[in-house]
Amino acid sequence: PADIISTVEFNHTGELLATGDKGGRVVIFQREPESKNEPYNQGEYNVYSTFQSHEPEFDYLKSLEIEEKINKIKWLPQQNAAHSLLSTNDKTIKLWKITERDKRPEGYNLKDEEGKLKDLSTVTSLQVPVLKPMDLMVEVTPRRIFANGHTYHVNSISVNSDCETYMSADDLRINLWHLAITDRSFNIVDIKPANMEDLTEVITASEFHPHHCNLFVYSSSKGSLRLCDMRASALCDKHSKLFEEPEDPSNRSFFSEIISSVSDVKFSHSGRYMLTRDYLTVKVWDLNMETKPVETYQVHDYLRSKLCSLYENDCIFDKFECAWNGSDSVIMTGAYNNFFRMFDRNTKRDVTLEASRESSKPRAILKPRRVCVGGKRRKDDISVDSLDFTKKILHTAWHPTENIIAIAATNNLYIFQDKVNSEMH
Amino acid sequence: MFVRGLKRKCFDGEEDIEGTLAGIKAIPSYNLQRQSLLDMSLVKLQLCHMLVEPNLCRSVLIANTVRQIQEEMTQDGTWQMINTQSTGQASLDCLVSTDILCRSSREQAEGKHVPGYSTFNKDFEGDQAQDSLETMSTASSVQAPRNLQNNVWEMENPQENKGNFQKSLDQIFETLENKSPNSVEDLFSEVDNSYYDLDTMLTGMMSNTKMGHCDGLETFTSPTTATSSSNCKSDLNELDHIVEILVES
Repeated sequence: PADIISTVEFNHTGELLATGDKGGRVVIFQREPESKNEPYNQGEYNVYSTFQSHEPEFDYLKSLEIEEKINKIKWLPQQNAAHSLLSTNDKTIKLWKITERDKRPEGYNLKDEEGKLKDLSTVTSLQVPVLKPMDLMVEVTPRRIFANGHTYHVNSISVNSDCETYMSADDLRINLWHLAITDRSFNIVDIKPANMEDLTEVITASEFHPHHCNLFVYSSSKGSLRLCDMRASALCDKHSKLFEEPEDPSNRSFFSEIISSVSDVKFSHSGRYMLTRDYLTVKVWDLNMETKPVETYQVHDYLRSKLCSLYENDCIFDKFECAWNGSDSVIMTGAYNNFFRMFDRNTKRDVTLEASRESSKPRAILKPRRVCVGGKRRKDDISVDSLDFTKKILHTAWHPTENIIAIAATNNLYIFQDKVNSEMH
Repeated sequence: MFVRGLKRKCFDGEEDIEGTLAGIKAIPSYNLQRQSLLDMSLVKLQLCHMLVEPNLCRSVLIANTVRQIQEEMTQDGTWQMINTQSTGQASLDCLVSTDILCRSSREQAEGKHVPGYSTFNKDFEGDQAQDSLETMSTASSVQAPRNLQNNVWEMENPQENKGNFQKSLDQIFETLENKSPNSVEDLFSEVDNSYYDLDTMLTGMMSNTKMGHCDGLETFTSPTTATSSSNCKSDLNELDHIVEILVES
């Protein structure tokens, strides 16, 4: 199924929402401007543009297919009337420019309406071509293709706050690119061992700091975070700070390392904190404290006793993303059974919601869900054993300023809006 | 019966009798589960998608798990054949039953008694010296595919076993590094052919062995089962071919 959504991303104003799918397609949604005339239609997202970003390729050297699945999309800050975004599959990053055309010139002197040259003898007077309105046309063009930069699979891209450079990270290396230069990139992190047999750790995610253009973070499969400063040296193998929580010896099992692997890392909007997601928890880290996270939230701790089965069916390797709200007061992440969780950092309250057709009629209020782990069971509770592990919410995004969230549930996109700024319960 | 050391990280040696007895009962189950986890992990590593490059993160995590188990087994010295204990047909459906391996080491040290994980055919009870022929023939039943893998690994010399693990891991990473269509062949070509007794060949038990091995793979609820078992069968055909050559020469 080629329409499984593989990434979701709002642009910097929240006006546009881009999704990438397994078939290499990108769909961009645009928010309808709010108008007093139609209060019910305000703020809805409708399809703005669809285009094929990546095609399947074949690596002849290795006799391997290169999937066209879009791993990540990142928007560039808007600098003129056009919008730009970066989209990447496992190997190649592309810069796309999105422009609108809603007028066209009419009344040429030398050409007729179809563009054919006029017979000059019929031209008796000069006219000035006039711009006339036309149906809105959205044009998407590939402006840059950043190829051959990665031997391994690209898992993250991140645009620098300088708006001139961006980085792309694969399992073992991170490259720095200039947005205008496609035939060169600088390798800034390389954790590939001399002997591949000695490989025990890979890079899982990375991101630039939102304000300091010299700082970036990358996470690893062993659960550590490394903050690097590009001013320190050209090759940032040596981290400036290492964030790692010591293992709890009483909770140790053969799966400890796997569940500690960080699947996503996101800086807070303030730039003061980092949010990480591992298999069972989300953690908030203070950039000033490397020894342990300042907050830890249990996403689905009831799975701790099922790790063996989840290892068997590969679910334990699922990579969930996490997100901050605009004010960094609430964090969100996905789970199984099309559930997603939100944690309010101030009130310490959390809620589990479901993204499904049944529970999401337009303008209906989402009902909190509960997973029961034996003991007292309330009416609408779901038991752990009846959770559907094929329905996983891996990709979620939060509008940069408002309480609007985008949830990707396999091949469906849900957009939830919070009209009234109500408290979570 | 000699009691092997139970790995206890948080406890000192002074245990009350009840705890120790419960601990003894828990030992074989823990070892069996650990063994099956090891087997499962090795199978996961070897079942690569032939067309698309395997996920390196997943492979590294599985390989690290294999190393962990290997280290622990080395420390415990548990290379001998584990005697059976059949406490009934335990469900292979792990999602329903409680898994020892998912428990913290603290819980294990407390010696909680858990339902046995009976993976061994009754025929194996108490017999350490069975040769590989009998092992394979009795393990060929479809119901107990894991028996074959367990026994095949257990029957070997412990030193060889360790060597094979290391070899397998190294090969796997080389394979991941230099992915080529021959990769899976390479992995299988290093399999120790001493499993395959001449007697086994001549009495045509190879077909049973193949069956058991592939069924074992098919029981895994992996999304790649469909393609992987067909890969497995073709690879075992090749192994078959290699063995035939050995027999002829």
